[in-house]
Amino acid sequence: MFAISRSAVEGALAAGAAYADARVVLSKHQSLACLNGNLEALDYDERAGVGVRALIGSSWGFFATPELTEQAALAAGAEAAAIATASAMAPGPVLHLTDVPVVEAHYETPHEEDPWGVSLSEKADLLVGVTETMQGVAGVTLAQASMNFWDTEKFFVSSQGHKISQHLVEAGGDLAATAVGESETQRRSYPQSFGQFESGGYEVIRRFDLPGNAGRVAEEAVALLSADECPGGTTDVILESSQLALQIHESVGHATELDRILGWEAAFAGTSWLDLAQLGTLQFGSRLMNITADATLPGSLATFGFDDEGTPAQCVDLVKDGVWVGVLSGRDSAAIAGLAPGGMVRGDGYNRMPMVRMTNVGLLPGESSVEEIISETRDGIYMATNRSWSIDDKRLNFQFGCEVGWEVKNGRLGRMLRNPTYTGISPQFWASLDMLSSEQVYWGLPNCGKGQPMQIGHTGHPASAGRFRDVRVGVKG
Amino acid sequence: MKVAPLAEMVVGMVGDRAEAQVTVDGTHQGLTRFANSFIHQNVAESGRTVQLKVAVEGKVAAATTTRGDEERLRTLVEETIYAAHLRPTDADWPGLAPPAKAMGAGHFDVGTARATPVERATRARDFITAGQGSLAAGYCDTDGGPVAFANSAGQSLETSISRATLDGIHQIGTAAGAGHATAAALSEIEGAPVGAMAAKTARAAADPGELEPAAYEVVLSPECVATMMYFLAFYGWNAKQHDEGQSFVALGEDQFDSRVTIVDDFLDPLSVGPSFDADGTPKRALTLVEAGVSRSLAHDRRTSVKAGAASTGHAIHGGDLYGPVPTNLHFRPGSQSQEELIASVDRGLFVSAFNYCRILDPRTQVITGLTRNGTFLIEGGEIAGAVSNLRFTQSIVGALASGKLVGVGSDARLADSEVGPGLVSAPSLHLAEWHFTGGAQG
Repeated sequence: MFAISRSAVEGALAAGAAYADARVVLSKHQSLACLNGNLEALDYDERAGVGVRALIGSSWGFFATPELTEQAALAAGAEAAAIATASAMAPGPVLHLTDVPVVEAHYETPHEEDPWGVSLSEKADLLVGVTETMQGVAGVTLAQASMNFWDTEKFFVSSQGHKISQHLVEAGGDLAATAVGESETQRRSYPQSFGQFESGGYEVIRRFDLPGNAGRVAEEAVALLSADECPGGTTDVILESSQLALQIHESVGHATELDRILGWEAAFAGTSWLDLAQLGTLQFGSRLMNITADATLPGSLATFGFDDEGTPAQCVDLVKDGVWVGVLSGRDSAAIAGLAPGGMVRGDGYNRMPMVRMTNVGLLPGESSVEEIISETRDGIYMATNRSWSIDDKRLNFQFGCEVGWEVKNGRLGRMLRNPTYTGISPQFWASLDMLSSEQVYWGLPNCGKGQPMQIGHTGHPASAGRFRDVRVGVKG
Repeated sequence: MKVAPLAEMVVGMVGDRAEAQVTVDGTHQGLTRFANSFIHQNVAESGRTVQLKVAVEGKVAAATTTRGDEERLRTLVEETIYAAHLRPTDADWPGLAPPAKAMGAGHFDVGTARATPVERATRARDFITAGQGSLAAGYCDTDGGPVAFANSAGQSLETSISRATLDGIHQIGTAAGAGHATAAALSEIEGAPVGAMAAKTARAAADPGELEPAAYEVVLSPECVATMMYFLAFYGWNAKQHDEGQSFVALGEDQFDSRVTIVDDFLDPLSVGPSFDADGTPKRALTLVEAGVSRSLAHDRRTSVKAGAASTGHAIHGGDLYGPVPTNLHFRPGSQSQEELIASVDRGLFVSAFNYCRILDPRTQVITGLTRNGTFLIEGGEIAGAVSNLRFTQSIVGALASGKLVGVGSDARLADSEVGPGLVSAPSLHLAEWHFTGGAQG
């Protein structure tokens, strides 16, 4: 496969590219989904091909073909260069790349149990079983469960001499119960809404203990229908760790993407409220806020050996003691900003051009336990598991809804609350973080949309529960 | 090998061992992207995707591949049949689509399917220069080629489709304005007028003032209405969601203002896309809302068999999980221009676009999101100035209910919904009330 990648690079160089790289990617994805005891979907998706990137002047040209021959790759390289040349109709400043070590290497995700080695029957039986358990709870209308597995091989070659192969294995799944009432629906899910995903094999699924959580989740969904509505007002909010993970993703991860800060995503995903002139001095949050982008964390979803530009996986500080100190970057964006490249550029398959992507962007744990945080809260709401998320194009103004809330009064959890929502402005919200749990989970999201054409990215978000003071809750239309 | 013979060949590989359906998508895509007023990313791809579904006595498995070589396809067929044998029976497997002719050809322009990077870059350049110095960002893309379907029940369809879009913003300081055009043919799209529209809005949106969040009378652009239509379609007119009790739709009931008529019609001249759905069922026109009354749901084969109805041709790939979704939606226009709608507002807001909308509950159709690319205060029937983006929390059904819809624009066009171009044609709307629940500062 390296020969095919090399041919693509040679084709681009021969057609005038100043720099070129190419990836042969062989990927497969298996998904199973069950509804009310019936396996609704058993899907297998494989994609194989080569994508080549050619840099000419101010623009990348990219071309992808599923034809895995050296001849087709050579032609693809020439086409990528021709596409980059067409960009000269609207030229900009010449794009440069920061230097990275030129290596020949191989990386494989550590995993114990090959997901493709586990029978479909075993997987299906598990999903059918947990949905039947949830259906056994009176009032549950929809009992759903799913599993997903990815196996990806990459063969990367650059015109500077990189030769890197990787074998990435990822797994995840979930279960969810929905209760339909007179005028609204209520849902509870586990381990988190839309599923929990990690780097690893089938052992990831076994660790979840889906059967052990199905009954509880179903009972909570039904209970929510008759729970009190989350009151409106301003109060202290304790976010359970998976909700805090999504908060990090939306309000810190995307905000610190250097391509957004530079305006490359302005028309679609948006820009960022962060200004590079403030890097190193801007107070992003409280001193408890320490956020890193770490692509080396064992088992986390966005862990790999090298990014899709051949930059080694690394840990980069984004926010330290509450101060904004780092960005998510690639070789081209880092060169413009005068920073070191962060190794955060990845593409969604062979046919998408790599772009800045979050790695494992997470909050370092604090020193409290969740029980201590609750016991030290006089008046507040504990919110768990995301249900809705919305944030503006500068990643400043957000509103999240959670599946469930519990009132906190005088240090104790009280009544269950339905439709809990909270809203705020990123730096004000993060400045109000005053307690943080030590119980960290490496949450993984497999569905981060960005770019045009749209790319779906896999990102990781280590997080623990935290308390935020004086937050607006219970927003209603 | 062309797409139709390839689809037939894969069905033949399955033989009589299983029911089989195959879709082969041979479309080519290219996208030219610009930011900071120059082209920075320019991409294209070729290839074919083969989607296979087999059913062995109701045990169903599906597979998709980009590999078109006969050896791999033969292996994939064997693997998929094997997988089907191992899974439980799908109690809701509806069987294959019977033979039926499509009601029209796909919307296709050969020049668009073969568009060059230079043709896309030309439009990007013209969009940029129309701003006369403001900062431009956006894209021009083309997508086109043949699509074929075949199944072992004898259904066989082939069509060609194309779509082109130019979409972007001009920015002046922190303000922005957007321009958008989508058509089946790239030749119908010129860069300069789309860019000029974006630049004009950006200039008007500069120096926005702050406005207290509250319920305001609004005029919404076609882009805003297109996004609203998507939520109604995906979560409401979807027969699977309805069967599961999650849809707002009550058939036969007056759920909207009498001026609301919404159809899904592949044959409408504005529509783009193929003439048949992922099940191989020919698309047919569907009146979803007629003069405010909910009339029908979109069905695929799975939901139609459960409901004892006929499929309406709205299966999407992956729809076993999500259900059928209308993708040629048309909100029938009224007779007033957008300017006339604005002139009829005493005090309210004109909203150019919504951003990052998410549903809080499918049953109530309450969504939250923000305004983007130009929000304007209307006073005495005239635009009085720009205001900063606002957050809203609002039920879509509630906003279009009887008495809440004040006026329907005559300016229906293919608008850019939040989930992409080419799905919805919509006019501007004048609504009595829209609940803004937060400003730029929270």
